[in-house]
Amino acid sequence: MTMQTVEKHWPAEGLTRVPYWIYFDRETYDLEQEKLFRGPTWNFLCLEAELPGPNTYRRSSIGEMPVVVTRDANGELHAFENRCAHRGALLCLHERGEAKDISCVYHNWTYDLAGNLTGVAFRRGIGGKGGMPPDAKPDSQGPRKLRLETMAGLVFGTFSPETPPLEEYIGPEITAKIRRVMRAPVKLLGGFSQMLNNNWKLYFENVKDTYHASLLHTFFTTFRLNRLSQKGGVVINEAGGSHISFSMAEDVAGKEYEQAKMRSAQEGFVLEAPQLLQSVDEFGDGVGLQILTVFPNFVLQQIRNSLAVRRIVPMGPDKTELVWTAFGFTTDDEDMAERRLRQANLMGPAGFISMEDGAATGFVQRAVDSAKDYQSVVEMGGSSVVSDESRVTEASVRGFWKQYRATMAM
Amino acid sequence: MDIELQFRVQTLLSRYVQTIDDDQLETWPDFFTEQGRYLVTNAENFDQGLPIGLMYATSRPMLRDRIRSLRDANVYEAQRYRHVISPPLLSPSDGGIVRAQTNFMVARVMHTGETMLFATGRYEDRVLVEGDEIHFAEKIVVLDSRQIDTLLAIPL
Repeated sequence: MTMQTVEKHWPAEGLTRVPYWIYFDRETYDLEQEKLFRGPTWNFLCLEAELPGPNTYRRSSIGEMPVVVTRDANGELHAFENRCAHRGALLCLHERGEAKDISCVYHNWTYDLAGNLTGVAFRRGIGGKGGMPPDAKPDSQGPRKLRLETMAGLVFGTFSPETPPLEEYIGPEITAKIRRVMRAPVKLLGGFSQMLNNNWKLYFENVKDTYHASLLHTFFTTFRLNRLSQKGGVVINEAGGSHISFSMAEDVAGKEYEQAKMRSAQEGFVLEAPQLLQSVDEFGDGVGLQILTVFPNFVLQQIRNSLAVRRIVPMGPDKTELVWTAFGFTTDDEDMAERRLRQANLMGPAGFISMEDGAATGFVQRAVDSAKDYQSVVEMGGSSVVSDESRVTEASVRGFWKQYRATMAM
Repeated sequence: MDIELQFRVQTLLSRYVQTIDDDQLETWPDFFTEQGRYLVTNAENFDQGLPIGLMYATSRPMLRDRIRSLRDANVYEAQRYRHVISPPLLSPSDGGIVRAQTNFMVARVMHTGETMLFATGRYEDRVLVEGDEIHFAEKIVVLDSRQIDTLLAIPL
């Protein structure tokens, strides 16, 4: 990666341009950690189902900062920096586990599950010698605590006292669509991490970019399944950085499916095992696809009956970990459980639909690294940031930059 | 200790990885029984009994669809694999099925020449032996790491 001094100004055109330096500038990246991730934003931490009982914990992050999320003996959730008040070591070394309290391995300082320092080894010395001075304040550099809010089984955290309540931050339309998908108690199906060789913003833009869907993801068109891209739309919240894009589904079982199969067969392309796409309208509204984002790090995916959350973790200006967690509901019958596993072939790093996203974002990173004075052109659908019935628009991408620039004071 | 069986399963696995590495993906499904099961997951999911797969197939047609999509639909940067595998560890099972565990390491070589250790793990296989015929009734690819670099296009 080149070290460049960059003239950092936003192009005069505003939201229809994105300067390429924003995808590799180190100073901007560091500022994002402080002003954006640790600023007045709600960051997705984990599913409530990932803290399955009292006295459990799991690791997560706010931007690059490692944090611990816990469920205490009373069932209450807490989250705090994964850093000891003493010499700064990581407190939790395992991804998840059960614990009644937390001890730092280095000098055994102990904490409760809310992140309060409860014990300092040999604080009063031994035999009257050593120990800390009586006026010492060993928790003065203690791990910073997060404010938490949960919505429909999703856990969000913020460091800033200025962040508005979660529902207000996300807005009523997007909130309603989160609740739509999270319709029953969650059953975890498993997860994986996709390591992207690009800036986190390139991935988040890609999810919001409804224009690319039928063009890059040629699975649909090759297999003549463009019925899957039916009527739908894009809804963007007022702040701009959270959105949904959705489309209606055809019922692929029964007569319509047979007709579709025959038409595809005549044209030479057909899925030999079309039950891959056999789906059930479990939400009862005919919407077959809903991709939802919450600024700055969260994606909620409904692709037919394939449900997942994706947490975006920046790991440097040109590296991002995308943490996928697939889920269903405790109410799923055997058929639905199997259906979700089959349809998972569509998503993830090996997804029939989604594998290209890993490639395309990497292509952008590699090409723009030497183009600091040039810009992205984001003019599909005009220059506005409003909801739209057409998905041939980049309004949601512009919406992201609107909220990004406001949060970063750019 | 059935040396011939050991040799036959070992040869099946060598031919399997060679087929993938030599880009003869159209014959990859033929290594499986007609209703053969193929799952790519990671140790974290496997050990916790979580069923999700990155790739999942329950029949040869599903496997053929996977290859068809790779050839005709999906977009990914040109790449090849190089598998290195251990001899399989066999354990007895019933009904003509042999359980086999085989370690693997896979290098991914991009068209640019950039090479990385892309995946390590083990195959947890159920091999069906019927006379001269030998196929995978089930192959579970258990990746050691939950991390996949960029994407997983070619089967493992």
